[in-house]
Amino acid sequence: MEFFKEVIDLYVERKDWFAQLIAEHIALSLIAIVLAGVIGLLLGIWIAEHEKAAPPVLGIANVFYTIPSISLLGMLIPLLGIGNTTAVVALTIYGIMPMVRNTYAGIRGVSEDVITAARGMGSTDFQIMTRIKLPLALGVIIAGLRNMVVMTISVAAIASFIGAGGLGVAIYRGITIYDTALTFGGSFLIALIALISDLLLGHMEKRIKRRRGN
Amino acid sequence: MDMIKLEHIVKSFGGRRILDDLSLSVREGEFLTVIGRSGCGKTTMLKMINGLHQPDSGKVFIEGQDISEIDIIGLRRRIGYVIQNKGLFPHMTVEKNITYVPVISGRKDKEENRRLARRLIETVGLEEDMLNRYPSELSGGQQQRVGIARALAADARIMLMDEPFGALDEITKQAMQEEIAALKRKLGITIVFITHDIREAMKLGDRVLVMDQGRILQLDTPQEIRSNPAHPFVKQLVGSRVE
Repeated sequence: MEFFKEVIDLYVERKDWFAQLIAEHIALSLIAIVLAGVIGLLLGIWIAEHEKAAPPVLGIANVFYTIPSISLLGMLIPLLGIGNTTAVVALTIYGIMPMVRNTYAGIRGVSEDVITAARGMGSTDFQIMTRIKLPLALGVIIAGLRNMVVMTISVAAIASFIGAGGLGVAIYRGITIYDTALTFGGSFLIALIALISDLLLGHMEKRIKRRRGN
Repeated sequence: MDMIKLEHIVKSFGGRRILDDLSLSVREGEFLTVIGRSGCGKTTMLKMINGLHQPDSGKVFIEGQDISEIDIIGLRRRIGYVIQNKGLFPHMTVEKNITYVPVISGRKDKEENRRLARRLIETVGLEEDMLNRYPSELSGGQQQRVGIARALAADARIMLMDEPFGALDEITKQAMQEEIAALKRKLGITIVFITHDIREAMKLGDRVLVMDQGRILQLDTPQEIRSNPAHPFVKQLVGSRVE
């Protein structure tokens, strides 16, 4: 109890600082989420339409995905230096994998019968993609997006180790000066942001499913 | 005039010959039923007509035009295409399903499309309040009716149907058979109808096409097929018919 009071006191005392860290954290994550979302979506669509490209693209994305985040950041420093840009690049590389995989799986999962019907009725390839495949894959794509958003928000904490901003700064500082309340305070806010984002996207996912009547 | 004409169509998939020098004509306003074992090439033949498959050699003519020389997308929009009930778009309401072809053809006037959907849902014997439902909320028979309404929305002169009633129970199936026969009489459309049910083929077809191994075994009126089967397989098929 004593500990929680300490954390709350900390929030009150340094609310401007925390507000700034939250804003930085969200900005950092959001940029990476948008970049990974767009790149992952386009790449996923492309490999779904060019079956031969799927194994290498998914393989490479998978390799990046399994590199521990701290070492990916380390490897990027010689190339990009330290700071926010490097952090955004690393987070984007991570985020691409779940987006590509789910976009690909979602599109490939659309029933052949439905696609044949659409093609037989005179749809162009573009119309099949935008009117049939993507809307039908949307549930799976959003599940991937949810996954990616939560992951990006939590991995963004590590970005402060290479001099980027965000709530990781509070965690890092807490560790260095052995201030557990400060570390907890930062972690808790990250968890909270991730949780709220997940709830919002989950709500969106549910609404899409309900709209379909199934 | 011949509405549909196939000339010496050859098509192989992976070294296996699916259609073997197939030639046939369908007259305007004719109801042609096609029957044969699974893998006999009947679906491949149907997909030749709307260009979903291209022949290795041979030509397909629709209303006298070689389809390899015309805009295939435009042609498909003028040909109704009905497949088993899985073919409806699950993420679209019945209305959106029915007006799909007009919409992708650029006819986006909401009021006009709504009127079209209302007219067609009535044509296939469903209630107007079905328009706002999703396919998953309909019974198999209702889904099939929507599939037909959707095919009619293109003002199609030709309708291609690939085992449209295959998944329906016997009673619904018979009702749908009456329905499609009546529609054909009323609208004068040309229909190519694939089935694996010989009774259905004999009941609906002006002519019946019996296929095996990518070839025509017999193409004739139901009476002729019954009284003069041209091949042991045809005889066996007709013989299995429950009187």
